[in-house]
Amino acid sequence: MKIVLHLSGIVLVAVCATWAYRVNYETQEAQNRLADLRGEIASEREAVSVLKAEWAYLNRPDRLRALVVAHADVLNLVDLQPENFGEAAMVAFPPDPEELVDAAGDVE
Amino acid sequence: MIRRPLRPLARILSARAQGKDPDLIEAEERAARLAARHRAERQKAETRLLLLGLVFVLGFTTVAGRMALLSAAVPVEPRAALASDPIRAQRAEIVDRNGALLATNIVTASLYAQPATMIDPKRAATELAEIFPDLDAGTLEARFTDGRKFLWIKRSISPEQRQRVHDLGEPGLLFGPREARLYPNGAVAAHVLGGASYGREGVHAAEVVGTAGVERVFDARLRDPERSEDPLRLSIDIEVQSALEEVLAAGMAEMNAKGAMGILMEADTGQIRALASLPDFDPNLRPPLPSRGDPADSPLFNRAAQGRYELGSTFKPLTVALALDTGLVAPTTLIDTKGPMRWGRFTIRDFHNYGPQLTVEDVIVKSSNIGAARIAILQGSKAQQDFLKRIGMFEPVSVELTEAARTTPLLPARWSDLTTMTISYGHGIAVTPLHLAAAYAMIANGGRRVTPSIVLQDVAPDESSRVISERSAAQVRSMLRQVVLRGTARQADVPGYEVAGKTGTADKPLPHGGYARDRVISTFASFFPATHPEFVLVIALDEPVNVINGTKVRTAGWTAAPVAAKAIRRIAPIMGLRPGADPEHLAPVLYTLAGNE
Repeated sequence: MKIVLHLSGIVLVAVCATWAYRVNYETQEAQNRLADLRGEIASEREAVSVLKAEWAYLNRPDRLRALVVAHADVLNLVDLQPENFGEAAMVAFPPDPEELVDAAGDVE
Repeated sequence: MIRRPLRPLARILSARAQGKDPDLIEAEERAARLAARHRAERQKAETRLLLLGLVFVLGFTTVAGRMALLSAAVPVEPRAALASDPIRAQRAEIVDRNGALLATNIVTASLYAQPATMIDPKRAATELAEIFPDLDAGTLEARFTDGRKFLWIKRSISPEQRQRVHDLGEPGLLFGPREARLYPNGAVAAHVLGGASYGREGVHAAEVVGTAGVERVFDARLRDPERSEDPLRLSIDIEVQSALEEVLAAGMAEMNAKGAMGILMEADTGQIRALASLPDFDPNLRPPLPSRGDPADSPLFNRAAQGRYELGSTFKPLTVALALDTGLVAPTTLIDTKGPMRWGRFTIRDFHNYGPQLTVEDVIVKSSNIGAARIAILQGSKAQQDFLKRIGMFEPVSVELTEAARTTPLLPARWSDLTTMTISYGHGIAVTPLHLAAAYAMIANGGRRVTPSIVLQDVAPDESSRVISERSAAQVRSMLRQVVLRGTARQADVPGYEVAGKTGTADKPLPHGGYARDRVISTFASFFPATHPEFVLVIALDEPVNVINGTKVRTAGWTAAPVAAKAIRRIAPIMGLRPGADPEHLAPVLYTLAGNE
């Protein structure tokens, strides 16, 4: 009876030790992964902020204006002037849907 | 154990046989037993002492060993303790009202040297001078070889430069991480943003501190780690700002001015949409403060917030507003304008002779100094001071710029009747263009004092800040519209936007007293649209000269007013303001309000 108790105690210790050993290494691995991910996030953040700064730099009003002037022949962009505002009444009405249907019928 | 008897029979018997005392034997035996017990006890005590000593030795050895280990070990940060601390920027970003980036951070490197570990200081110095043209090879080499252990070479270098330095392969040249403040828009809104520089510096990090503008005012808020993810949102609109700067720069060149400033403010709230001062600078390469000459000539000088000018006739509407509000005059009251007007030794003249009498409206429309002075005398000096104080002309503007907070208006030391008269047309008191913009916002929004601000916030107009009545404000607005329609500011008219405003041409005071004859500050303070004003625009040019048909013209009507018109044509559509139908042919608001319909 005593021997059985001793044996089962030894087995229990061995099992616990193995479990603790594995958990220890898993934790270390997880921490390494965490550190890696943190580093990755940091570099991504840095990249994002650089890209944002670059985007803002490329879109700065001075540069856009210079580009518009340089490519005036293609773009034909001018400053928005008060005359450029239109009235809703200036927009042509869409053709009457019934006429469209009739026209479609004629084609057939 | 076999006990040894106290009286062993054999010895007793033999002792008896020899006739000795058997008790002696017993005593002998007792003594032997006692000695044996003492020996055993002593042995036990010695063992115990030994064990105790061993325990102490072990304990102290453990402590000493741990201490030795700790002192010898390389420090490692506890990794688990870093839980959920995101890596973030040191300083919060600044964005405009629409979220466009105005200031951000980028990671760069700083370059330093440890000459002790250098292999070839001479070569390093020559090649560094090639990479950085502003460095001198000779000086660098001298510094590398004079025995110092540490030396900063550059505070902040670009990635390309870093690569080139890296390629030198010199182990004594080292990089430290640096966060640099970047203003992607360059010089646009430079005076608003101010700039930043490094505070305390170490090899691994450096503090970025604001040096001027909002960067300085909000330094603590921008550096607060709790709010570093939350950008500071200004009320500036970068598109409007850059358009205003462009128009101002063109106007400055056209009018041969040495400086120009412009302020665009929301009439109801005092929120500043654009604030420009030319010449300006690039906040990425903020120039050092000038060590000699007039600081007001430096590009760092913010004319709109820091420049104190006698703003001339633009003060007349304020004089009239007070007179109307106190009921002293009505818009049609006739004012004596016969000139020149003498007051003691002093003579007040008008630009032209406007005849013996003008209505109050025409005093503004034609800009009569004599008329304004007479109205001011009617009010008295006390009422004028109270009024100017209530609209904030006695204290720095509350706008969040260091330059503005430091700039207190220049007030007359003694407020005599003569001072009252000169101040009525804007001489003898020097305020910043921001003060003027705030005062015009008051007229434009119907008489409520605004708190100018450059940070986007919800400001609800409230009645507690009322300075003059809605009716008086409307009357002044209608007069100012007439100034543009038929008065001194005809050049400022923009069809569809009903510009209303007042020109002001003020001779610049000379440093040693008196006024310059040929140097002026010409100002146009305006708001639009006149019937329901949304924006206040103040444009001022420093020493403009416009040449028209071979004659030099300096009056604001021909310098600041046309620039303002161009600015409104450019800016109003950008802000989505539709041009309205011109109600020019309708009766002025003035008469309908005063009428009895």
